[in-house]
Amino acid sequence: MIYREAGDFKTSYVADSQTFPIRMDRRAYWAALAVAFLVIPFVINDYWLNAVFLPFLIYAIAALGLNILTGYCGQVSLGTGGFMAVGAYACYKLMTAFPDINITLHVIAAGAITAGVGVLFGLPSLRIKGFYLAVATLAAQFFLVWLFNRVPWFYNYSASGQISAPERTVLGVPITGAATDAWATYLFCLVFVVASAWIARNLTRGSVGRTWMAIRDMDIAAEIIGVSPLRAKLSAFAVSSFFIGIAGALFFAVYLGAVEVGSAFGIDKSFLVLFMVIIGGLGSILGSFLGAGFMVLLPVFLTNVLRDGLGWPTTLVAHLELVIVGALIIGFLIAEPHGLAALWRTTKEKLRSWPFPY
Amino acid sequence: MSVAEATEPVSTADGRQIGGVLMDMRHITLRFGGVEAIKDISFDIREGEIRAIIGPNGAGKSSMLNVISGFYNPQEGEVWFRGERRPPMKPYQVARQGIARTFQNIALFDGMSVLDNIMTGRLTHMRTGLFRQAVWRGGAQREEMANREVVEKIIDFLEIQRIRKTPVGRLPYGLKKRVELARALAAEPNLLLLDEPMAGMNVEEKEDMSRFILDVNDEFGTTIALIEHDMGVVMDLSDRVVVMDYGRKIGDGTPDEVRANPEVIDAYLGVAHD
Repeated sequence: MIYREAGDFKTSYVADSQTFPIRMDRRAYWAALAVAFLVIPFVINDYWLNAVFLPFLIYAIAALGLNILTGYCGQVSLGTGGFMAVGAYACYKLMTAFPDINITLHVIAAGAITAGVGVLFGLPSLRIKGFYLAVATLAAQFFLVWLFNRVPWFYNYSASGQISAPERTVLGVPITGAATDAWATYLFCLVFVVASAWIARNLTRGSVGRTWMAIRDMDIAAEIIGVSPLRAKLSAFAVSSFFIGIAGALFFAVYLGAVEVGSAFGIDKSFLVLFMVIIGGLGSILGSFLGAGFMVLLPVFLTNVLRDGLGWPTTLVAHLELVIVGALIIGFLIAEPHGLAALWRTTKEKLRSWPFPY
Repeated sequence: MSVAEATEPVSTADGRQIGGVLMDMRHITLRFGGVEAIKDISFDIREGEIRAIIGPNGAGKSSMLNVISGFYNPQEGEVWFRGERRPPMKPYQVARQGIARTFQNIALFDGMSVLDNIMTGRLTHMRTGLFRQAVWRGGAQREEMANREVVEKIIDFLEIQRIRKTPVGRLPYGLKKRVELARALAAEPNLLLLDEPMAGMNVEEKEDMSRFILDVNDEFGTTIALIEHDMGVVMDLSDRVVVMDYGRKIGDGTPDEVRANPEVIDAYLGVAHD
């Protein structure tokens, strides 16, 4: 039987509340993990790594982070780029200050520092909501970029004002710097993505996630049943910024290698990640991945088809890409305002009752 | 009222035993700017009783409930809960003291399933922190499952097994009211506040809801304070009734006493003028 609950009886609450209640979903999940860990590392090359996999994986972490804040806790944020910059610069300072410590720890510590900064900029959310909060986080975005531009201590007084990642290794294999292998950086980021998704799922399925969603859906009722708005909102800001900080650190250290804050972590990054979350689906872990995949893959796909396939001039294709991506975003949002994840959910529900949908 | 009197159980008109004073409102006055919503009202709620608050629209009933649940802090007067004077508190602190409530216009979390909504009611009983939640296996999962068991009992009790996993937004009105009651019950409150639990229901739904309220009071021994406009329901369910009008208390006593009170009849129940 395809995609049925029939005959798959749950006899405990643990079994009933598992992430993938349907057997076929569970198998698909493990198969996807197996391909990601056991197949892709052997076939990946530099083009696929830099054009598709690294940006997808790193943006997926950022989208997860923003989805926790905006999708689960209902606090709109336009400061994602700024928080990614915090992660990047924290990672850079740690890498240069403690060269002997493993880069993995640096990335995690960068996430923790960003969490602290996120809580600080989350404080206004206790007083203001909606668009006003979005404007407050926008201020955070501009302030943070300005800070990293203007205070030379953050870029170690380098003449160019850029930060560039020195070579660091994990288990003897170089992860950052000039001489890295595609499979190594891919696996390094993949581990972070899987761990982030796992943590995000655990947090959103339990009592912490329910406090966030309660604040999102009706903050007055949430307070009346014992949710402290202060703790709920600030914990959402902390967890969200933690993930975004890790994404920023990986974006700088592993993906780009050298970064100028204004161009790498500008306001367009904030909007890009916000688009991912909205297109993928607010309040959905899967949606974060779908949104990141959509926004990363679509331009690559269009370039390949239009420039390499049809042989159109590069400049024309570059502009057309923007138009098509924009149009598709609008089209998608009209067709399914709740994002790709909702589209997938409806498909699954239809599939479950197929071929007798009544 | 002397202390001895307050802690002694008393028997009600229909012979039910109710306990000592659980909540004592003393000379509460609540103002919004120049408007006095509640004027010097005192009444008590005894353990195990069903206490009704009635009155015409705008009498200050909901404001009273909001004072009890911590939304408003009265300008004058004292709130005593379980023999202690309660300092001004935030609603979530009141919730942790074991006071749960439902709302006049349903306040459920529309984006969540029925099960998640009711589980949210258990938050005051859940202790594992962020880091153990992130790991899930072990402490967090154990706690989740233990609380799920309590919630499932409430789901059985209110007969909403079938809609367990349905998103709340899809439910009809009557069921939403029931889910909201379930969420309040999940907190295992000492005091349950119901703001018009039967508003907008048909006769059958009202009968169901009345049965649930009586059963909750009977089986769990939960003290209930409710606001309701349906006089038949109020008189049948409640042990004692407070009547309010224009922010004042105009009557307090058993349903029969209140019904015979001329001031109450004048203000609320209505008389046949001959």
